[in-house]
Amino acid sequence: MALDKNDVEKIAHLARLQINDTDITEVAQRISNILGMIDQMQSVDTSAVSAMAHPFDAGQRLRADQVTERNQRDYYQTIAPATQDGLYLVPRVIE
Amino acid sequence: MLSKTVAELAGALTRKEVSARELTQAYLDRIHQLNPALNAYVTITAEQALAQADAADARRAQGNAGPLTGIPIAHKDIFCTRGVLTACGSHMLHNFIAPYDACVVERLEQAGAIMLGKTNMDEFAMGSSNETSWFGPVRNPWDQARVPGGSSGGSAAAVAASLCAMATGTDTGGSIRQPASFCGLTGLKPTYGRVSRWGMIAFASSLDQAGPLTHSAEDAALMMNAIAGTDLRDSTCLELPFEDFTAQLNQPLSGLRIGLPREHFTKDLNPAVQAILQEAIRQLELLGATFKEVTLPNNYLSVPAYYVIAPAEASANLSRFDGVRFGYRCANPANLDDLYKRSRGEGFGDEVKRRIMVGTYALSAGYYDAYYIKAQKIRRLIKQDFDLAFNEVDLILGPTSPHTAFKLGEKVSDPVTMYLEDIYTIAVNLAGLPGMSLPAGMLNGLPIGMQLVGPSLSESRLLNVAHQFQKNTDWHTQRPEV
Repeated sequence: MALDKNDVEKIAHLARLQINDTDITEVAQRISNILGMIDQMQSVDTSAVSAMAHPFDAGQRLRADQVTERNQRDYYQTIAPATQDGLYLVPRVIE
Repeated sequence: MLSKTVAELAGALTRKEVSARELTQAYLDRIHQLNPALNAYVTITAEQALAQADAADARRAQGNAGPLTGIPIAHKDIFCTRGVLTACGSHMLHNFIAPYDACVVERLEQAGAIMLGKTNMDEFAMGSSNETSWFGPVRNPWDQARVPGGSSGGSAAAVAASLCAMATGTDTGGSIRQPASFCGLTGLKPTYGRVSRWGMIAFASSLDQAGPLTHSAEDAALMMNAIAGTDLRDSTCLELPFEDFTAQLNQPLSGLRIGLPREHFTKDLNPAVQAILQEAIRQLELLGATFKEVTLPNNYLSVPAYYVIAPAEASANLSRFDGVRFGYRCANPANLDDLYKRSRGEGFGDEVKRRIMVGTYALSAGYYDAYYIKAQKIRRLIKQDFDLAFNEVDLILGPTSPHTAFKLGEKVSDPVTMYLEDIYTIAVNLAGLPGMSLPAGMLNGLPIGMQLVGPSLSESRLLNVAHQFQKNTDWHTQRPEV
């Protein structure tokens, strides 16, 4: 599967990644090469095989729905790029 | 003294031939001298290390010391360390002071190990040569024009160059075993779920496992005793009773059945590597093991399936790096979308962005079944190959890597060639099995490892075989002249 410039722009948008215009051709080429290698999978008939999401087909362990962590908001926010009154600051979303 | 194994150093500490403080200072001096050339460490925590050393000496004086008390260690910079920079090889986390310790770090500290610093790595563990690090490449102590392997390249180089006695690594597709092979070390990737992933920055959550990089199997067993075991904070961590990984080290190998995968011993395997493996096989036969051919017919699909599953999981895991709560934020964002896109575009390196995009593509509407579900089905075929093989043999032996360490810059421009570096190791992660690499020989002055793979939870058996091999060979005792 070869990707073109539009495909890369669409994927980059979904992934919220800025890709410079000057790099797009090269990115498309390299990702196309990777997808080419991945396409070896398509030659195998897997219609009778069930998908495996976990090495031991284990399910998620659940715990009791109880508070186990103490509130450390102020400590965690010491490494944030910008905060105010305990909130994370980002550019205005609603004008 | 610094090139000794953990077991030997523990003896020296017990006999009071050296104190933890003296040992720590000696390693710090050597790091100061050699790290500028090797670039194995990205952060050195000298002050904290000396304080931990004093505590270790006090603990030993009180008679409360364990085998790791006072032993200096380096942690891969993927493990969160409270109050210490945890950058994961990335510009994205160049300013991330972790607010808590990873479980592995916590347990090694409780055992009395002394953290010397954090080691360089491929960015977010995505690489096989340590060349994708934002902090620049690590150099192989055996030949500084060559790579140490990756992604745990800094940890491997640090142990090999005696810049620490042992180190932690992580392995998603070979990132402990391949650097172990390239640097002449023993590296163990435990069974998926054996070691807690809590506080280990996630790359591909169904594949990631932490493990030791050491000079010997005995040292790896000592580290496993400290790091393995149930941790309820990682919901994929297995609930198992304590296991003493040193208990079986001295068991004889008579009756041991080892499989040689037909697909790994083909004409494509470098004849010199093949000869080294044959010599190791002969040695193990002398120790009582028998060998037979086994087949892993779907192994050739492991790299394609991995490069769907790992990027898909990575694209989800790395969505947390958004420039809002921690890590890199771009300058003067015009709006929230611009903040996300430029923080991520500028914060991540090329290889990480490529993998996020491959994963995003594989999970996107219209491609999910053809890529992601298909890869998960192939993952089952790969697991079934191992299950069948382990009906006939106890362990599998083969190459860790197709060759010895390659030169810096040699493969970095072609991602697919780099991905194929892990052709022998990736299937083990997909199947969730324990695998280890141990030194098997030297080729033109460079070490090369062999890989042992066992059924789930067979780490003690793998370590036993490796220890018996090491008692009868001296490849693991060779040290580079740095």
